[in-house]
Amino acid sequence: MDYLYFPGCTLYTKAKNFDQTARDCSLLLGFQLKELPNWTCCGATFPLATDNIMALLPPSRILARAREEGTTLTTLCSVCFNVIKRTNRLIRNDGDKRDTINNFMETNYQGDLRVLHYLEILKQDVGFPRIQEKMKKPLTGLKAAPYYGCMLLRPFEEMEFDDKEKPTLFEGFLEAMGAEAIDFPYKIECCGSFQSVGSPEVATECGYKILGSAVKNGAEVVVSTCPLCTFNIDHKQADIKQKYLDFKPIPVLYFTQLLGIAMGLDYQTLGFGQNFVDPLPLLKGKGFI
Amino acid sequence: MKRLGVFICHCGVNIAGTVDVKSVAEKTGRVEDVAHSADYIYMCSEPGQQIIREAIRERGLEGVVVACCSPSMHENTFRKAVKSEGMNPYLCEIANIREQCSWVHQKEKTKATEKAEEIILATLEKVRENEKLEAISVSINRSAGVIGGGIAGMTAALDLAEGGYEVLLIEKEQALGGHMTQLSKTFPDLHPALPDLLAKAREIERHPKIDLHCYSEMEDVKGYVGNFELTIRKKATSVDWGRCNGCGLCIRDCPVEYVSPFERGLGVRKAIDLLYPGSVPQKPVIRRDHCRYFHDGSCRKCEEVCPEKAIRFDQQDERIGKKVGAIVVATGFELYPTEQLGEYGYGEIPDVIDGLALERMFSVDGPTQGRIIRPSDGTVPKEIVFIQCVASRDPDRYMPYCSRICCMYTAKQAKIYKEQVPDGQPYIFYMDIRADAKGYEEFLQKTIEEKGLLYLRGRVSRVFQDDGKVRILGVDTLTGKMVEVAADMVVLATAIVPSQGVKDLASKLRATVDRHGFLTEAHIKLYPVESSTKGIYLAGCGQSPKDISDTVSQASATASKIQALLSTDQLLQDPLIAFVDENICSGCGICVEVCPYEAREMNSRRGISVVHSALCQGCGACIAACPNFACELRNSSSVQTLRMLETFV
Repeated sequence: MDYLYFPGCTLYTKAKNFDQTARDCSLLLGFQLKELPNWTCCGATFPLATDNIMALLPPSRILARAREEGTTLTTLCSVCFNVIKRTNRLIRNDGDKRDTINNFMETNYQGDLRVLHYLEILKQDVGFPRIQEKMKKPLTGLKAAPYYGCMLLRPFEEMEFDDKEKPTLFEGFLEAMGAEAIDFPYKIECCGSFQSVGSPEVATECGYKILGSAVKNGAEVVVSTCPLCTFNIDHKQADIKQKYLDFKPIPVLYFTQLLGIAMGLDYQTLGFGQNFVDPLPLLKGKGFI
Repeated sequence: MKRLGVFICHCGVNIAGTVDVKSVAEKTGRVEDVAHSADYIYMCSEPGQQIIREAIRERGLEGVVVACCSPSMHENTFRKAVKSEGMNPYLCEIANIREQCSWVHQKEKTKATEKAEEIILATLEKVRENEKLEAISVSINRSAGVIGGGIAGMTAALDLAEGGYEVLLIEKEQALGGHMTQLSKTFPDLHPALPDLLAKAREIERHPKIDLHCYSEMEDVKGYVGNFELTIRKKATSVDWGRCNGCGLCIRDCPVEYVSPFERGLGVRKAIDLLYPGSVPQKPVIRRDHCRYFHDGSCRKCEEVCPEKAIRFDQQDERIGKKVGAIVVATGFELYPTEQLGEYGYGEIPDVIDGLALERMFSVDGPTQGRIIRPSDGTVPKEIVFIQCVASRDPDRYMPYCSRICCMYTAKQAKIYKEQVPDGQPYIFYMDIRADAKGYEEFLQKTIEEKGLLYLRGRVSRVFQDDGKVRILGVDTLTGKMVEVAADMVVLATAIVPSQGVKDLASKLRATVDRHGFLTEAHIKLYPVESSTKGIYLAGCGQSPKDISDTVSQASATASKIQALLSTDQLLQDPLIAFVDENICSGCGICVEVCPYEAREMNSRRGISVVHSALCQGCGACIAACPNFACELRNSSSVQTLRMLETFV
C-alpha cells in the first residue's frame, strides 16, 4: 500500500536526512511514500484564536488537494502533523468553519482524510512484529531515549496519538528494533519550539533539561520525530554546552535513521552529516556499522 | 357555572418585564365565568394574598388561578390562603408563567404575553372541573432509621434519640465514627478529632433509645413515608459481641498481618482486629478473606486465647426486619480512586500520598505515632509539596465540582507540618483559596503569615522521581514563571466522591442521585435536607462535599425535620393520586407492573386493581398504561387534560 506524503519545508532543507531515510525505509517495509504534488507550507502553527480562519487556510489547502489524490495522508514532522491533523478534525466537526473555508478556497473538503504520523503507520498498518522480522542488524544493547516532544501528543483529545500521560508507542517501536527504550520524565516536555528564535535561552534550558534527564536515566542516544525538536536538542548543543558546564553532548537521531541502520541500509546514505553531534563513534562502538 | 378568579403576579420584573401583565389581566377578566381578575407586584406577599382572600370573600369565588412562578415554589402558600377563606384548597391552581414563560422568552415579549394568556386559559379549564378533595390521613411509625454511622449519622441519631424517638442506626464498618476517626486535628481550631467523636460514640452505644447495628448493611427497603420496612443484613463478625469483653488478647496473638485500608496503606492490621484503637464498639471482627482459619483451617489462635470463648467461626450473616417512619441517609464519602491519578505519580512513587494518609501520620495512634516521615525511607521530609484540587474542578478529565474541604485541610496540614519540622518548607499549589466559613479566612491568613507557607497559584504538570526526590514541574501563574521543586514528599488533596454503593442504596430507597452519584435534595435552597422521596432525608457528604461543621448542621436539620414529621401519629398526604373506575377495570394487572411505587395491587376477590392511597405519588404511569381508560388522576382527569390541550392547539 502506498501513502500520500506531505514532507513539509524542513524536510527539503535542514532535515533532508529524515526525509530520505523515511522514503528508503518504507520501500524496505513494502510501501511507498507518494509525495503530494504542489504542496505548500503547512502554516507551522495551529491558530489559537477561534476566529483566525486565515491561518487555517494553508493546512486546509493541503488537505483538500490530498483528498483529490487519496484517502490517507502521512507526515514526518511533528509540527506539520499537529497542524494538519487538528485542522482536519476541525473541518470534520465544525460545519460553519468548514463552509467558510470551502467557500473561500472554492473546494469541497469534508474532513474525511485519515491523517497519520509515520510512526502510526509503522504501528497500525505495518505492525511492530513485521518490523522485527525485517531486522538485519538488531540494535541490541543500544540505550535509546524516545523523545516525543509535545506536538505529537497535545492537545490529547485532538491528537489521539497515544496515552495522555504515559505514551508507549515510541518505546514499542524502539524495542521492536531490539534497542532498550529508556524511560525519562522529560520525554513529553516541550523542546522550546520557536522560542529558540526570540528567547534562545529558554530553548537552551529546555534542551539542557531534556538531554540531561535522558543521560541521567542511562540513554546513549536520543531519538526524535521532529525537525524542530532536533534543531533545539541537537543543533543547539553547542549553546547548551556553553551555558551549562556540566552538560555532556549526546547524539540525537531521527527514528528513521535508526530504522535504516537496523534494516541494514548503507550508513553513508543515512545523512549523518546533517546531525550536529556525530553519532558514528557510538554506532561503530556498538558494532552496528 | 363556577365563579372563578385570576390573579397575576408581576414577580417584580421577573414576569412583568417580559409579559404585559395588565393586558393579560384585562383579557382574562373578559372570560365569561371569570368574576375577578387582578394583578399585583408580588402575589406571594401578605398584601398579595390579601387581594386573593378579599376577592374570594367579596366576589364569592369558587375557583382560583394564580399565574405566577412554578407550583413547587408557592402552590402551598396560595392553597393555604384560599383555605383560610373557606375554599377547598384543591380548587386553587397555579399557572406557571415565570419558569415556563417569561424567563425563557425574554426576547419575545409579544409572544410571551400571548403564551401567558394561553397558560392561564388552560389552567382555568382545569379549575372548572376540579373536585373538592381532602388530604388523606395515614398512621405512622414514630421512629427513625439512620444509614451511616459517621459524624453525620451519629449526630442525627443522637438528636433524634434526645428528642425522645426510637432510632435505628446502621453502620457498614465494625465501629462508629466514619472518616472522622482517621483525622488528626480539625480546622479551624486544631482540636483533636478523636476524643470528642468517641465521647459521642459512647453516648450512642449506651443510649436506651438507639438501636445500633454495626457491620451491617441495608439490604431492602419497602413502604413509604411513615411506614418503611427495612431489611438489615448483619454481616458475620465471627465474634460473639455479647460475650466479647474487648480484652484484645485475640488481636495480640493473631499471626496474620495485612496492609490496613484504614491506615491508607501506611500500617498493618491483624486478621482479627478493631477498626481503630479504642473503637466504639470496642469489639473485634475477623476479616475472613485474610484469616488463616477461613483460608485453610490451619489456625485457631484467637479461639484458643479468648477467655470468654467468644470466637464463632461458624457465624452466618443474619437478616433482621425493622420498621421506621423516616430515614436519614448519611452514607458519607470516599476519596477519588487513587489508581486513576497516575499523572501525579500516585501508586508509582511511594512518597506521593493523599491527604487522608497524612492525617493518619499526624494521628498519635497512627502508623507513625504522629510523626511525619517519608514512606520510602522513613526520613523527615524537609521540602514538602501540597497539591490542591487533584481531580476536583477539572471538568475535562475528573470532577467538575469543588470538594470544599481541601483548601482548609491543606493549610492545616502545612501548619502542623511546619510545627513539627520548623526548618522544613511547605509549597502549596492551588487554584483559588476558598475559605468561606466562620473563622476560616482568619485561620488561613494567620497560618500563612506565621508559618511562612509558600502558596503558588497554578497547576502541576508533572511529578516524577529523580535522585531519590520527587520532582514537581508546575507553574506560578501570578509571576508567569515555570516552577520546579525537588521535594521530599508530595501530598495530594484528592476529590471527594460519594461512597461506593450509594447508587444502589438510593435505588432501594427510591431516592435519586446526580451524575456524580451524590444524593439529590428535593430543592437545593428550600428543601436542602429532604430527598425527592418523602420520608428520606439527607445528611453529610453523601449529598455533597462538606466539612464537619456543615455536616453536623445538616444532620441536626434532618433530625429536627423528622421530629416535626413524627410529632403526630397521623400523616396528611396529598390526595392528588390515582383512582380506579371499578365498572371499567378489567383486572388485567398492567398498572401493577408499571407502578414505580408499588402502589397498585390486585384485589383478587373483586377481580380489579386498587390504589394504595398512602403509597401513590400521583405520577400517572398507570393512567398512561391502562388499556381501558379505567384509571384517572384526581383533578388531572383526561377530560381536564384534553380541554387544556385544546386551549393550546
